[in-house]
Amino acid sequence: MKRVLHSWQGTAALVLCLAALASLPLMAVDAPSPFGTGTVVLVLLMVAGAALVSFTKLSQPLLATILFVAAHLAVWLLLAGIAGNEGQATLAFFLLVAASWLLAWRCVSVLSGIRPKSQAGDTFLRLLIPAIFGAWILILWEAATRGAGIPFIILPPPSSIGARLASSVPILWADVQQTIFKAVLFGYVVGCASGFVVAIIADRIAFLRRGLLPIGNMVSALPIIGVAPIMVMWFGFDWQSKAAVVIIMTFFPMLVNTVAGLAASGAMERDLMRSYASDYWQTLIKLRLPAAMPFIFNALKINSTLALIGAIVAEFFGTPIVGMGFRISTEIGRMNVDMVWAEIAVAALIGSVFYGVVALGERATTFWHPSNRGG
Amino acid sequence: MPMNNPPSSVVSASKLGLTFETSDGPVHALSNVDLTVNKGDFVSFIGPSGCGKTTFLRVIADLEKATAGEITVNGMTPEEARKSRSYGYVFQAPALYPWRTIEKNIALPLEIMGYSAADRKARIERTLDLVNLSGFGKKYPWQLSGGMQQRASIARALAFDADLLLMDEPFGALDEIVRDHLNEQLLKLWARTEKTICFVTHSIPEAVYLSTRIVVMSPRPGRVTDVIESTLPKERPLEIRETPEFLEIAHRVREGLRAGHSYEE
Ligand SMILES: Nc1ncnc2c1ncn2[C@@H]1O[C@H](COP(=O)(O)OP(=O)(O)OP(=O)(O)O)[C@@H](O)[C@H]1O
Ligand SMILES: [Mg+2]
Repeated sequence: MKRVLHSWQGTAALVLCLAALASLPLMAVDAPSPFGTGTVVLVLLMVAGAALVSFTKLSQPLLATILFVAAHLAVWLLLAGIAGNEGQATLAFFLLVAASWLLAWRCVSVLSGIRPKSQAGDTFLRLLIPAIFGAWILILWEAATRGAGIPFIILPPPSSIGARLASSVPILWADVQQTIFKAVLFGYVVGCASGFVVAIIADRIAFLRRGLLPIGNMVSALPIIGVAPIMVMWFGFDWQSKAAVVIIMTFFPMLVNTVAGLAASGAMERDLMRSYASDYWQTLIKLRLPAAMPFIFNALKINSTLALIGAIVAEFFGTPIVGMGFRISTEIGRMNVDMVWAEIAVAALIGSVFYGVVALGERATTFWHPSNRGG
Repeated sequence: MPMNNPPSSVVSASKLGLTFETSDGPVHALSNVDLTVNKGDFVSFIGPSGCGKTTFLRVIADLEKATAGEITVNGMTPEEARKSRSYGYVFQAPALYPWRTIEKNIALPLEIMGYSAADRKARIERTLDLVNLSGFGKKYPWQLSGGMQQRASIARALAFDADLLLMDEPFGALDEIVRDHLNEQLLKLWARTEKTICFVTHSIPEAVYLSTRIVVMSPRPGRVTDVIESTLPKERPLEIRETPEFLEIAHRVREGLRAGHSYEE
């Protein structure tokens, strides 16, 4: 009894299997190519079998493997069966998808209980768990859109987004070059660097600090995107105007954060420098900048997101016929939503990589900060 | 053989006063302090919390400006003395930089003062050894206990050639045994280098054991109520703390502290 409670996902999966059995078939009666009886039996047996196995006392790695294989094979068979039957799936179909999902959930909780001995095993597990998680978002999305026949315009299934991605690599690559490598990177580097330099100057010159900081706070509250059309007027249609928008968006967060960071060093630490008769630059480089690093990286992280948003949205206001924002705005007009989603996927991927690189840099430079010490 | 008799003064304060202007009125942290610290002296400051011991050290080190009276350090203003790097200051807290390892922390003043890399290395090794932290040089401050951190901060102040060492309760966070050991080490160091040391403490035995002179202070306003010259020999084993002579001086310090306290009631 205790073990049945422990693997409640297994119990729930069994219940769902029974409910599915009671509400067969998996596709509407007039579906063009219904499931073969063999497939249905196989799926039911796999799900129910794995659910029962989850109550046993098998070793954790073996149990996880069985659950992993059963859950994914079953759902793969189910998804494959949709072909030709779009929008015809019945309650039983979704009950079985849900049951497989519960098995995958059980699998992840077994996996997270494993304490691997080797470093490689640890890394593998740390990557595997989020990968299963992500895969199931796509699986459920696929099952919902194709099984229930959600209109393509509203939400295309991941499989057709993937197909579109694969078939438009040259276009996507050209867009990435235009938007990311030119506008975002240039704007980000220039915006952050100038924000940093102005912060150091403002720190030395009090009236600049008193004048700039309130303006900085005000500007960050403004919808900066509104200046995009003006930047297009000033710098033309090409990437330079987008880079200008990115510079404006990233400049003030960096300025405000760096100024705050430069004030973050403790009084005693500064007195120490003073007792050494350390000059302004020595104190800046050896004390105040290191102490400001957590603030500076905070700005770098905020700006990595802002730069991406700024460049893409700024392209809505006029561009040459290339760029991620341009593609999104024209393809949505042509109802090619899969292309829009493909661009979104690329943007999400690049955004995560961008953020990840900045976060890695942060881990390397602010390892000493109480919030990062841990391991 | 001392060449110049009488000994030259390192710190000399007369009618020194410092008033902090706070939102709820002025705080007289120091008033009418007359004190001379001679070259090679080991002077301890003792007194109840808030009597201005830290403030006095900060005025000497030019971290605070006196609002009344005169003070000179090596015949200069405190600011000139600071600019000529006369001070090794050990603060009440370790104040180590968390992004630097212990040895890098000790290297900090050496870097600022332009010591050569080879010299830095030798000095780091020597001072780490002095405070019993050899082998911990590559650790970060937050990986050490509070007492070890405080020792590292002492090592940092000893690493360069300041001729005036200002120590603000440096051993407050340490256990008795380590404290005894460091007291001994400090005395040896002082005898060897002939540095001048101003030392704040709350412990009467520590003050008596270490000092050539003990300055007793009392609060509101912070002032010097007594200066006791030690009659103990320069050579002081730890056992000296049980001698009648030692206890006699300790008794006088205690009396001085009592007298200071009774002013308030
Ligand atoms: N920056 C400041 N602003 C206002 N008042 C201050 C400041 N620094 C110190 N004081 C006041 O001056 C007085 C003396 O302080 P100080 O730190 O010198 O005491 P202390 O003798 O070192 O005490 P403790 O033994 O607790 O360290 C206290 O009343 C304190 O409140
Ligand atoms: Mg104090």
